[in-house]
Amino acid sequence: MLDVTSPLLAVKDLQAWYGESHILHGVNFDVREGEVVTLLGRNGAGKTTTMKSIMGIVANRTGSVRFEGQELIGKQSNQIARAGIALCPEERGIFASLSVEENLLLPPVIRPGGLSLDRIFELFPNLKERLGSSQGTKLSGGEQQMLAIGRILRTGARLLMLDEPTEGLAPVIIQQIGKTIRSLKQQGFTILLVEQNFRFASTVADRYYVMEHGRIIDQFSNSELDANVEKLHEYLGV
Amino acid sequence: MVEIFGIPSGALFGQLLIGLINGSFYALLSLGLAVIFGMLNIINFAHGAQYMLGAVMAFLLLQWTGIGYWWALIVAPLIVGAIGIVIERAFLQWLYKLDHLYGLLLTFGLALIVEGISRNFLGSAGLPYALPDSLRGGQNLGFMFLPNYRAWVIVASLTVCFATWFVIERTRLGAYLRAATENPTLVRAFGINVPVMITLTYGFGVALAAFAGVMAAPIYNVSPQMGSELIIVVFAVVVIGGMGSILGAIITGFSLGVVEGLTKVFFPEASNTVIFVIMAIVLLVRPAGLFGRRT
Repeated sequence: MLDVTSPLLAVKDLQAWYGESHILHGVNFDVREGEVVTLLGRNGAGKTTTMKSIMGIVANRTGSVRFEGQELIGKQSNQIARAGIALCPEERGIFASLSVEENLLLPPVIRPGGLSLDRIFELFPNLKERLGSSQGTKLSGGEQQMLAIGRILRTGARLLMLDEPTEGLAPVIIQQIGKTIRSLKQQGFTILLVEQNFRFASTVADRYYVMEHGRIIDQFSNSELDANVEKLHEYLGV
Repeated sequence: MVEIFGIPSGALFGQLLIGLINGSFYALLSLGLAVIFGMLNIINFAHGAQYMLGAVMAFLLLQWTGIGYWWALIVAPLIVGAIGIVIERAFLQWLYKLDHLYGLLLTFGLALIVEGISRNFLGSAGLPYALPDSLRGGQNLGFMFLPNYRAWVIVASLTVCFATWFVIERTRLGAYLRAATENPTLVRAFGINVPVMITLTYGFGVALAAFAGVMAAPIYNVSPQMGSELIIVVFAVVVIGGMGSILGAIITGFSLGVVEGLTKVFFPEASNTVIFVIMAIVLLVRPAGLFGRRT
């Protein structure tokens, strides 16, 4: 798909630091409206840091992050969320002191266009059954992941960043999450995915960027995946 | 005279009432400390001074502007809460990532300064603050005499404590607070302005202390050291209840007030130390406190 309009998210020369250590050394990539883009790479390549830097959670960062043409690099993470980006963190971030329902309703709606609760329960029927559960963290790992994804669908955010949504989950749950991501894409959500499991990624992604040592070192589209499998194995060390 | 366990019932109920009154103040103050600790990770040693400021503010409002008790109950906490907000913005916000000791030392220093200034202007003798006319007198319940003002303090404290618990545990705002206590970074990344919420939380906790101070003014007189006398016991209450537990702070506050009152009847010699003995036992058996979550 050729898109001549400016991308929804454009990341240029993004550098980030944790204290003294320089983690991102100039990351460049973009995500177009309606795409599912996956960041691949080994542990420690800087994928999660890239997401956290876009979100403003890693505050010590330079470069440019433009979303809908708006520069976000100098903004605080609450302002970035209000601009229309939502993060589902790797550790899922389900709150133990909140009930399942409170967890689901926690992120405030920032603009119209989010999914209704009914639509979310269609995607994740298990969540509806566990709604009365008193503690969000008493759910199974898969249910917690669904809750973590489900709660950011309400907010009206246009770009969803999912950090390793399949990590540690059973194959049947991974399939359900894959189905969900495809369904969200159909509904017009733009998704940035971080994955180690590129077999899972290949079932949902349009394009891939490969990260190493805090840089993007390669990129290809889903149709080019087969031709790049050898190289990818080398990059990911699988 | 009827006797219970060999104690005249009048003395027993009288001490029970005093226990409940003290418990009302323990509960309000430890509630504020628990809210502040939960959200800011700061052990607010200035809490006693802020309680005293509430009483002083009520006294000054009456002296300078003629504003009486009922308005003071609203205005004094607002003023002292606003002072709290300034303190949070100016000092405390720089300490959240440091060890608890820094917040404790800073607020302890602030308490000493506030007390010193108050002593300078008000003297240390204590100033009388008259009961509001509408709460003079009392009810004869048959087995004891219940002064109206004391009944009011217990009811008001219970109401404020319950309202605070309700907001924190049962509302959307409370869900933000609880979530931000657990993981402020993520709550902020959902679009909630957590730093403002932290500032307002401190302001609210401080206002709770000032509210207790205004209620205490007609009972204990207004004196610069009224806070430091109380705060040590309140810290023991918080340790027993478990730092950061809302319901724990309320229940422990009231029950320890009663326990202290009963000790005055049955074994007066221990009445000043019983709370600390309980604290030592709780620390040995359940270091996280009776209602505290182990972390």
